[in-house]
Amino acid sequence: MSSYTPHPLEVRVVSRRFDQPKARTLAGYLESDGFKALDKALALTPDAIIDEVKKSGLRGRGGAGFPTGLKWSFVPKQSAREKYVLCNADESEPGTCKDRLILEYDPFAIIEGMLIAGLAIGARRGYIYIRGEYRYLIDIMEAALKEARDAGYVGTNIRGKGFDFDIHAHTGAGAYECGEESALMESLEGKRGIPRLKPPFPAVAGFMGGPTVINNVETLASVPPIIINGGDWFAAFGPPKNGGTRLFCLSGHVNNQGVFELPLGFPLRRLIDDLGGGMRHGAKLKALVPGGSSTPLLPADIAWDLALDYDSVAKTGSFLGSGGVVVVDENTCMVKFALRIMQFYRHESCGWCVPCREGTNWLQLSLTRFHNGGGRDGDIETLREVSENILGRTFCALGDAAAMPTLSILKHWRQEFEDHLNGKPCPFGAKTSVAVSAH
Amino acid sequence: MTPFSQSLEQKFQELMARYPARRSALVPMLIYGQDELGYLPPAAIARIAELLDESEMAVREVIGYYSMLRLQPAGTYHVQVCTNISCLLRGGDELMEHCQHRLGIGNRETTKDGVFSLEEVECIGACSWAPAVQVNYDFHQELTPERLDQILDAYQQRAGAGERAGERA
Amino acid sequence: MADTPAKPLINLTVNGRAITAPPGTLLIEACKQAHIEVPSFCYYPNLSLQAACRMCLVEIEKMPKLQTACTVVVSEGMVVRSETEQVHRARKSAVEFILTNHPLDCPVCDAGGECELQDMTFKYGAEKSRFVEPKRHRDEQQWSPLIYFDRPRCILCYRCVRACGEGMDVWALGVANRGVNSTIIPNHEDHLECEECGNCVDICPVGALTAGPYRYKTRPWEMTHVGAVCTYCGDGCKTTLGVRNDTILRADNRDKSGINGDFLCVKGRYGVDFTQHPERLKQPLARGVGGSAELKPVSWSYALGTIAKRWLEIQKAGGSFGVVGSTRSLNEEAYTLQKFARRVLGTNNIDHHRSADYPALFDALGGREGQPVPLAPAEALKAGGPVLLIGGNPTDEHPLLAWNLRWGYRLNKTRLYILNRDDIKLRRQAYRYAKVGDEAAAVRFLNGTGAASASLTGVGEASEKRWPQTPPSTVETVNESLQEFRARLRQEKDVIIVFGSEISGDAIRELVAFGSGLEGTTRYIAMSDNANSHGAADMGLYPDLLPGYTPLSERSKFEALWGGPIPAEPGMDWNQMRAALQQQNLCTLYVSGANPFRNTPVAPESLKQTFLVVQDLFLTETAQCADVVLPALSGYEKAGTLTNTCGEVQVQKRGGGFEGAKSDLEILYLLADAMGAEWGAASPDRVLQEIRTAVKGYGVSLAKLLSGESVMTAPLNGRVPHRTAPELLLPNRDTLFTAGTLGRYSVVLNSVMERHLKKEAAAE
Ligand SMILES: Cc1cc2nc3c(=O)[nH]c(=O)nc-3n(C[C@H](O)[C@H](O)[C@H](O)COP(=O)(O)O)c2cc1C
Ligand code: SF4
Ligand code: FES
Repeated sequence: MSSYTPHPLEVRVVSRRFDQPKARTLAGYLESDGFKALDKALALTPDAIIDEVKKSGLRGRGGAGFPTGLKWSFVPKQSAREKYVLCNADESEPGTCKDRLILEYDPFAIIEGMLIAGLAIGARRGYIYIRGEYRYLIDIMEAALKEARDAGYVGTNIRGKGFDFDIHAHTGAGAYECGEESALMESLEGKRGIPRLKPPFPAVAGFMGGPTVINNVETLASVPPIIINGGDWFAAFGPPKNGGTRLFCLSGHVNNQGVFELPLGFPLRRLIDDLGGGMRHGAKLKALVPGGSSTPLLPADIAWDLALDYDSVAKTGSFLGSGGVVVVDENTCMVKFALRIMQFYRHESCGWCVPCREGTNWLQLSLTRFHNGGGRDGDIETLREVSENILGRTFCALGDAAAMPTLSILKHWRQEFEDHLNGKPCPFGAKTSVAVSAH
Repeated sequence: MTPFSQSLEQKFQELMARYPARRSALVPMLIYGQDELGYLPPAAIARIAELLDESEMAVREVIGYYSMLRLQPAGTYHVQVCTNISCLLRGGDELMEHCQHRLGIGNRETTKDGVFSLEEVECIGACSWAPAVQVNYDFHQELTPERLDQILDAYQQRAGAGERAGERA
Repeated sequence: MADTPAKPLINLTVNGRAITAPPGTLLIEACKQAHIEVPSFCYYPNLSLQAACRMCLVEIEKMPKLQTACTVVVSEGMVVRSETEQVHRARKSAVEFILTNHPLDCPVCDAGGECELQDMTFKYGAEKSRFVEPKRHRDEQQWSPLIYFDRPRCILCYRCVRACGEGMDVWALGVANRGVNSTIIPNHEDHLECEECGNCVDICPVGALTAGPYRYKTRPWEMTHVGAVCTYCGDGCKTTLGVRNDTILRADNRDKSGINGDFLCVKGRYGVDFTQHPERLKQPLARGVGGSAELKPVSWSYALGTIAKRWLEIQKAGGSFGVVGSTRSLNEEAYTLQKFARRVLGTNNIDHHRSADYPALFDALGGREGQPVPLAPAEALKAGGPVLLIGGNPTDEHPLLAWNLRWGYRLNKTRLYILNRDDIKLRRQAYRYAKVGDEAAAVRFLNGTGAASASLTGVGEASEKRWPQTPPSTVETVNESLQEFRARLRQEKDVIIVFGSEISGDAIRELVAFGSGLEGTTRYIAMSDNANSHGAADMGLYPDLLPGYTPLSERSKFEALWGGPIPAEPGMDWNQMRAALQQQNLCTLYVSGANPFRNTPVAPESLKQTFLVVQDLFLTETAQCADVVLPALSGYEKAGTLTNTCGEVQVQKRGGGFEGAKSDLEILYLLADAMGAEWGAASPDRVLQEIRTAVKGYGVSLAKLLSGESVMTAPLNGRVPHRTAPELLLPNRDTLFTAGTLGRYSVVLNSVMERHLKKEAAAE
């Protein structure tokens, strides 16, 4: 249902089958190297698999960017409780729409990645947690799983090698917080998606209390090519410690929006100009969301020289995050932008802890009033302090995700807030009335 | 007593067997149940609680948490307009406003004939094809108000062609 | 557990001060023990950790962010700072966030004056709120006859949810919606169906949950707070009475000093209103005044004079006396009553409403001088050692014992073995659960003297799902045969055996024989119904046993003490007295604080020849038949001691008063005086002194008692030759909302019960 046309500048590792409709069936998948990595992994020891992934420099594509091989190595070899592999397909970070393509165009790659993860940690069961809105992808995934199960790629004694691993697709029902790994596990246990206390970390006690590896869709889909071609091959695509390629979701004020697979370290300038066809209407860049709505926004001068890898973006004080690159041009009201982001976090806060629950509500109410022309002296300071009072003090990272972009907007575009003060109309002519969401 | 069809009851059994503990099937059961009934009436809650050997409160706690689950019916076609950042930059607000005019209803309201309901939603994962609208489970992307009109027309026609209220696409 | 070596203490530094704590201690507790205050809302000792309120954030060296002291476990060399600028700012903002939607109307809030949020706002909060947006108002809801919920006041600390679920195993409260719309909900859409224990109200730090019977009646500072012992069941919970103008307005466990810690059940908390019931007797009543056959109010001196006159006449004529004592009166009163019967009335015809066979237990345990006390205090059930529960239903009849058993299961992995004929609720915490046809037969089987006959081998289904919300981190349950049940039990060490009235007489001897064969020290708890059932037994309200289960053959000690003879022959027990009544062979019956005609009615005609004296709070079934009725004070209105079902003595303090009524002790002294015995003035202290010297096992430390501690008694006296009469064990079979006769006079308990009955009727 999503449209996909590869761009010649792309380096296609994870997306290499996206334009091969046949690969969405088991037969087609097998023709295009499908399950080769599994066969190879079946001949390796768990440690050898983990070493290969470590060598690849693969870091989590879900947002936090944690080294995948290292994460797998935390799982205890022996465990009284069953171990699990979970695939995080909750993809809900605003600006992000990449996992959707993998689920739609290369579902078997996810299955294969999970099987390899299962081999590596000694798990026998896995679940793919797919956000509820992606119903058609759940259907695709279930069909793929059925084919794989029927052909002996999922289930018991896989490939006759005595390896048992079962996988099921699982639907969410509308909750951003369920992308947070421990909330996802709660949700997968049939509960409210409230995050868990850490420690213990999932690798020790996760789903149903068992040692659990949880990875993003793209992370898992990167595993088969790593096993086939070797970790060094994957690592070579990007700068040191930033192995491989990743899917960047370009959206906002560019001429060509789209999802593009590029090596890490790719210059942002080229992403906008060469793949995105430049800024829309020739407008000037004002702000950049480098990695989904949770990441601090960067002003144009910093953004234009950005290299898109974990460490380079981190140096600017922001994050590579989930790969959602949102381009914001000079005609955008940043007060409205901050408000829309806060509306999201207020709606998605699970409500468990005080600073996130009350802080996001406060900020949304204040920003709404402010944007509607009711700004008062002192409001800007209060907005900043309230955001700072959320930052670093919440139960899970959602609070930070709400505070960080807000603080960055208040810092870099403070003048726009000043311009809104005391009943002045929005200088951008943005709609002046924003309804407070009732839900 | 179950408000669900036999085939759905069957599916529930399969779902419950997929997990180490059957409670894991709760969210899927709720959403598939809602797909069939249009919403989650008390009878649905009671039945699912019974199947899982959980209290009805436990089921209600979960329903209240997830934004796709509802205790009241929606329209046959539930129009969900994304206005989150990527869509915002591409006219999501205008689409929302357009829907309100065209359907004559506000956010979280249903048309009198029960054909359409409208909801402003958070990011639906269509950012690179913004602005986007989801009608039931169908994605409609890179929209303009004109294209959206054509889409709504088509749904209106399907409704006129006698598609049952409550039936999900 | 005694042989696990003590682990070395952990050393850490808080605000530059070196402190220590046992391994595994939460930082917040380590600080508390060192008198370093770390504020908290959501943290509550022994409930699961939430880390939701963020009040307890502190700086820990080497950790980039502030950490919640309520979840961090102390580690060696940890360096903590809890009073820095950064920490202060975090606290202040936590209070500010909590207050954004909280009404700022402390003067009209029911919790005003005892609200943790109010206190914290004064201590850590900002003077002025910067939050200028509209608040979310919701109307207050009534969830049950007792429980009200005011949503905007709720700070979502989830204490109520946990106290109800983890503590009570009721799970009647939940959380609905998400984010800022999150709210606590009752289990049935708009109302609660639960045990109405009120623990949620007590644990709520603010005025979100309030109790119908108390709300808006008064202010905490307008009451005096008296730590008393609950007068309902045999568990002996401490309760803090809020008293204004000598009237008890509420009972709760705010001071948490008692053997019950945080716990109180619905009766202890809300049943106190019986003290104010309109039918409470305010004056003595007598028949025959002005020739009337009806009971008419008379003066105390008339009533006492009438009684003494008749009793002296009967004595002179060599007529028979019968005395029935109370299981709610204080030890001093029970002791004095039997002394009065034996010395003043000159009879051994004395009994009480028996619900546990203590003589058989002490007989079986007899002759163990020098060994550890074989009785277990209630607290011991929390410790995590194995427990065998036979018969009874603690959830309903012994709510504190049930609470402690759940505690042991939840926090200390108690392995609970259950033998019961019913599917009692505690099977949800059972390690092994055998449903048996007859508990006494099962005990014979355990002891190897009876077969596991067909009725015994039915192994019950322990509940598969016991902790709906938290994964069962503790013991697993398996269903297996009674043989395996016994085999496992035999491998246990230091077992506590808790048993109900199903086990009496020889079955108790079999049980103790089995227990004695187990490794370590086996201890026992015999479950008896009322606040002083155990004390009444210990104090000698038996026709054949003197205080401390002293056989009549050894009466000389008491004769010396009481300065005169005691009848040598055993007297009549209640059944014999009742038979005598029916044969019109009993000249007089004196019933003090008991209602024997409730369970064993006597035809009014057969009472014609009997002069019946009843002293009580209400005109009970028995009192209605009386010739003279004396109004008595309730257990909350007098001072003395009580012995709980486990054998722990506690001091009772006077909470309220009641115009016109007198304590049982005072009445006995007045009667003795009127009968010509020179006893002088009543003094509970002097009686206690006598009990401490004369009753075996009661030589308890007065200092301990007076400081509010409970002290274990063990009236071990060698063998106890006595007349076994299992048919005399007549347990009330109380539910959570009933308590023998007394509970009927609590309007609150009745309203709750009515609602439950209505619901049951509607469900059928
Ligand atoms: C509020 C929140 C939402 C998140 N949502 C997602 C998500 O939708 N998809 C995802 O893969 N990771 C998400 N994450 C990150 C996960 O917690 C976790 O880091 C990730 O699944 C790990 O996989 P990776 O190492 O392969 O990235 C989210 C984290 C937070 C704090
Ligand atoms: S009602 Fe009271 S105890 Fe329960 S969550 Fe709210 S504030 Fe906490
Ligand atoms: S007491 Fe630690 S977060 Fe509430």
